[in-house]
Amino acid sequence: MSAHATGVATDMAIMALLALSAYLLLLVGRVSFGQQAFFGIGAYAAGIASAVAGLPMPVALAVGVAVGAVLGAALARLMRGLSGLQFAIGTLAFAEMVRIAFQAWHWQVERDGVPVGPAGTEGFRDIRWLLENDVSTGGFLLGAVAVLLTVLVGLSLVERIRLGQAIRMTGHDDVLATSQGVPVEAMRTSAATLAGALAALGGGLYAHRTTYIEPAIFDPMLGVHAVGYALIGGLGTAIGPLLGVALDIGLLEATRVFAGWRMVVFGGLIALFLRFRPRGLLDENLLNALSQRLRRARRPAGARLGVTT
Amino acid sequence: MLDLLQLTVDGLLDGAAYALVGFGLALTFGTLRRLNLAYGASAMLAAYIGSWLFQRHGTPWWTVLPVVVVSAVVIGFYVERLCFAGLGEKQRAGASRASGFDAGRDGYQVVALASSFAIWMQLEQLATLLLPRHLNPFPSLAAGGEWELGPVAFGPDRLALALLAVGFAFALHRWLHGTRGGLAWRATSDHATAAHLSGIPVVRVQVVAFAAASAMAGMAAFALLSIDGQVTPMFGMWVLIKGLAAAMIGGLAAPTGVLAGGLLLGVVEAHAQGLGGALARDFATYALVFAVLLWRPQGLLGRPAQLA
Repeated sequence: MSAHATGVATDMAIMALLALSAYLLLLVGRVSFGQQAFFGIGAYAAGIASAVAGLPMPVALAVGVAVGAVLGAALARLMRGLSGLQFAIGTLAFAEMVRIAFQAWHWQVERDGVPVGPAGTEGFRDIRWLLENDVSTGGFLLGAVAVLLTVLVGLSLVERIRLGQAIRMTGHDDVLATSQGVPVEAMRTSAATLAGALAALGGGLYAHRTTYIEPAIFDPMLGVHAVGYALIGGLGTAIGPLLGVALDIGLLEATRVFAGWRMVVFGGLIALFLRFRPRGLLDENLLNALSQRLRRARRPAGARLGVTT
Repeated sequence: MLDLLQLTVDGLLDGAAYALVGFGLALTFGTLRRLNLAYGASAMLAAYIGSWLFQRHGTPWWTVLPVVVVSAVVIGFYVERLCFAGLGEKQRAGASRASGFDAGRDGYQVVALASSFAIWMQLEQLATLLLPRHLNPFPSLAAGGEWELGPVAFGPDRLALALLAVGFAFALHRWLHGTRGGLAWRATSDHATAAHLSGIPVVRVQVVAFAAASAMAGMAAFALLSIDGQVTPMFGMWVLIKGLAAAMIGGLAAPTGVLAGGLLLGVVEAHAQGLGGALARDFATYALVFAVLLWRPQGLLGRPAQLA
């Protein structure tokens, strides 16, 4: 694998985590323009844990995830009862406040004679755990993919239990869901908690991969791209956001087909596409059809006689 | 003390500009119940077309103005067709709610947000392809010098802009509450289905509102940029964020709310800047929006949520 391909693949794995975070909120019917804040919070928290406190990277990532989950839950609790639009604007405002706060935050500690830590708009340099521990880019890619796969397996397990069903019901129609006894607000808060954790996980990985983070990275464009990936790929399955990421980063950005016209073409396609497939490529209807076909194919031919559908 | 007074006046003048760009956003939100994220980018592309004419052909301002307004309306129609048209009917046909896995109850709001965002990116890139430079000259109507009123100084052109915003707010208010067209707009805004049943051509009201809002965005963009004498790629984002903040703070449903929201935002920003510089100013914008959302989600002057 060339260095470029490894880099693109790692970017895709990291962005997929952020896209999954947006996806979880879309499942409960919420659009968040602020998941980049949790990505940034995870990046800063994990960076501080490993570069300043000297913890190993896996522990640092866990610290980032914990901070992201707590703040995700807190934000969701604060904003419960808001309409979808108000929630979207609220998350955007929150994320911009976080970004500006990072711009103003100076907190550096001397380590091996060099000051490390967040330095306002100059960013946070020297998150060097990977270099210090001789982890190759290929090795890091494997790690990131393993993390992503674990998350996917976890999400598909959640889909199979009642919790997953309740989450989807909440997003489909919160009034109907309430009438069925689904605790709608609790579902939304748990989705936001999980979403905060996933975004922070992506951010932690990102900070260690680039060794340098700055507040400007976590601007609204990042978060909105995550929402876009989830919506294009599809809300029917957790594979959907991955598909969205693969289409954008893997296909368009890496191959540079449209050069300067990329957003003109891509933006138009997305809008056109959403008119006809509002829940993305891999939506619930397509997945139901696929799983039915699978089930029918598995059944012996004789058993199908007499089934009218 | 005098500094505080000067800051307040500066804030009020800035705030009026925020309100000026917020009206169009509120007008479309009222009838469609959906937020047009491509709003700022549309105004920016229209302004870029004006700037291009001005640079290439030396077109005078009185030609640039109608060109910007007409471009804004044309772009607005494009956005409306692609991101908003037809989604309303689907939502109103309640049958789709139970059958199949549709976008859900709030789903089309999400879809419209996402697709108008995609169009925002598209329009912004088109504008920068048209004029790739960062600073692009725009016909200038700026007045030289400042007027002094006792201890306070302000530019007469800024004052004219503020008066324009106040005039817009009251004209819109009069129209909404004094004409049949305004009544149709308010009925559609309150409850599209009930308006439809009362014989109001809901779709036509929505389209006309969108066109009017686009025209207002074009006028607002021209008024603002002719004071600056230039347009940059940041303009689209600025229009959206400031207009949206003004509308969310004051209340999306009424022009007077947008005006009040814009003025409050301007004053808070000016004082935040006086206290803590540019970062504090940016922070204050979002902190105010966030605080209002938590405290009074419908906006300071907005009415509590109606029947959906």
